[in-house]
Amino acid sequence: MSNKYIHIPRLRRVYVWELPVRFYHWLNALVILVLVITGFYISNPLGLLSHNDASHQYTMGWIRYFHFAAAYLFFFNFLFRLYWGFVGNKFANWKQFIPTSKRFFKEMWVVFKIDILMLKKDGKEQDHLSIGHNAMAGFIYFLTFLAFLVQCLTGFGLYAGMSSWWLPKLFAWVPAIFGGDILTRQIHHWSMWFFILFAIVHVYLVFYHDYVEGRGEISSMGGGFKFIEEEMFEKNAHQTPNPEKENGKK
Amino acid sequence: MDNDIIPKQPTYYEEVERKGYSRRDFVKFVSLMTAFIGLEQSAIGQVAKALQTKPRMPVIWLHFQECTCCSESFIRSSHPIVADILLDKISLDYSETLMAASGTQAEAALNNTMTKYKGQYILCVEGSVPMGADGVYCMIGGKTSFQILNEVAEGAAAIIAWGSCASNGCVQSAKPNPTKATPIHKLITNKPIIKVPGCPPIGEVMAGVIVHYLTFGKIPELDRLGRPKAFYNKRVHDTCYRRPFYDAGLFVESFDDENAKNGYCLYKMGCKGPTTYNACAVTKWNGGTSFPIQAGHPCIGCSEENFWDNGRLYDRASAFAGFGIEADADTLGKVALGVTLGAVAVHAVATNFGKGKTIHNHIEEGNESEHELES
Repeated sequence: MSNKYIHIPRLRRVYVWELPVRFYHWLNALVILVLVITGFYISNPLGLLSHNDASHQYTMGWIRYFHFAAAYLFFFNFLFRLYWGFVGNKFANWKQFIPTSKRFFKEMWVVFKIDILMLKKDGKEQDHLSIGHNAMAGFIYFLTFLAFLVQCLTGFGLYAGMSSWWLPKLFAWVPAIFGGDILTRQIHHWSMWFFILFAIVHVYLVFYHDYVEGRGEISSMGGGFKFIEEEMFEKNAHQTPNPEKENGKK
Repeated sequence: MDNDIIPKQPTYYEEVERKGYSRRDFVKFVSLMTAFIGLEQSAIGQVAKALQTKPRMPVIWLHFQECTCCSESFIRSSHPIVADILLDKISLDYSETLMAASGTQAEAALNNTMTKYKGQYILCVEGSVPMGADGVYCMIGGKTSFQILNEVAEGAAAIIAWGSCASNGCVQSAKPNPTKATPIHKLITNKPIIKVPGCPPIGEVMAGVIVHYLTFGKIPELDRLGRPKAFYNKRVHDTCYRRPFYDAGLFVESFDDENAKNGYCLYKMGCKGPTTYNACAVTKWNGGTSFPIQAGHPCIGCSEENFWDNGRLYDRASAFAGFGIEADADTLGKVALGVTLGAVAVHAVATNFGKGKTIHNHIEEGNESEHELES
């Protein structure tokens, strides 16, 4: 009975994204969507016509309220993720994002060759095993974390002046280093585009990896599992699935 | 012979009396000033006492690269006593615009004050200092602005940087800043500097800064950018009487449209109120008559650093340096978006060739599994 199916590689279930990571991911996606939409609206609101007095509506006020509320969620979610980078599993660890070794850069190069240029070796298509983030993705996420930081600093910096809470007031020094709110607002606006471009590439690459590798990339952010060929474990028996080690070399 | 040029300093109150103001006028003025500088009612007595007991403060008022709008604003502040005692009688020992003396006499007056009141006088600077070409763009009496500033600042108790020129450089320092116009705080670092930006600053604000210094003998509390908090800690936007229209989302779409007639918010007309810290919406101008937004014109943010280079006056979008006057962040963003989408599409198509075999194998494998499953 078992012989009948032997030619199909067996897949092993690997728990990659823990529940807190998945929760962080989807909350982050949601609040960024809200922040981008409300942010665009705030920068260029619709031309409403109204026969009402101003006291009858609060359109801009609500949009701004959603922006600020989402910003708080974003901020605390971000802080939580930083924390989880120290206590989470190996795929969530901060070392997945910040290059601390030569191998990290080496793997980035491998990913670039295999996934972006789609280079073949001896006429054969190549595959590489990165069960969590591959090194390239990890590094890009590191850049997004920097963008998160920029948005938090400039956003709360602009918000500080109208808040009476101590937390936003901690950011009051930010507009001062840019000489005022004008430049701070512009940096906040420019950086937003990074999120839009990132989201497109990110979503595309998730589909790409799912399509090409067939390891459940898309569903992994739902249930947390990826499915890895058993032979891959044997090939990499001497090294746990860790992008820091040379998974790229086959 | 000093007395010919600098008479013995009477107190401000003595001057006011001599000018023919009644005690009542004086108290009114004191109350007004106390309110302007953001002090509580109980401080009225303190201010009155200071003006009655302290001798007039020697002031040197230097003009460099500027348009004199600050002086104009100052002498037009609402209460006549402001002009009469704080400026006319402020013991303005040296001011190119307003002093009676000229030439050698004026230089003598300047030197006199500098030596006699060393370490006591207030130095008011109006205008930026051109540092390009060794400072030849603005020279007075054979000296460059920078030389004069250094000499006079040496013995000053404090420096007041009047207006956007002295505080931020203003339009003279707009790109490419041919004269290398430089604000005061970048040149003098060893003296307390009060920045009073605005093009011009509000007259009452200027008077308030001086009265504060007179009363307490020290500079007012400053914000992180060196501006007195009493006048510059709120956005024009947050104190604007059109704010309810902003919150309601009702905006003027073009000048003279129905919305403009209804007095809606000027946000979409490029109003810089949301990024400008000033007292315009509270103190207003010309004796509390009006201010730009009340007159139907968006704030241009004249008291903010770089307002001259930070994008268009009538548009909220900010110009993107190096991409021509019409390119703003969103235009660039849309281009980047198009490029990204294009790159993704190309990569998606290429994947079916570059990874064709892998994909094919996976599909085969999957199909086989499907067949092997009993239905």
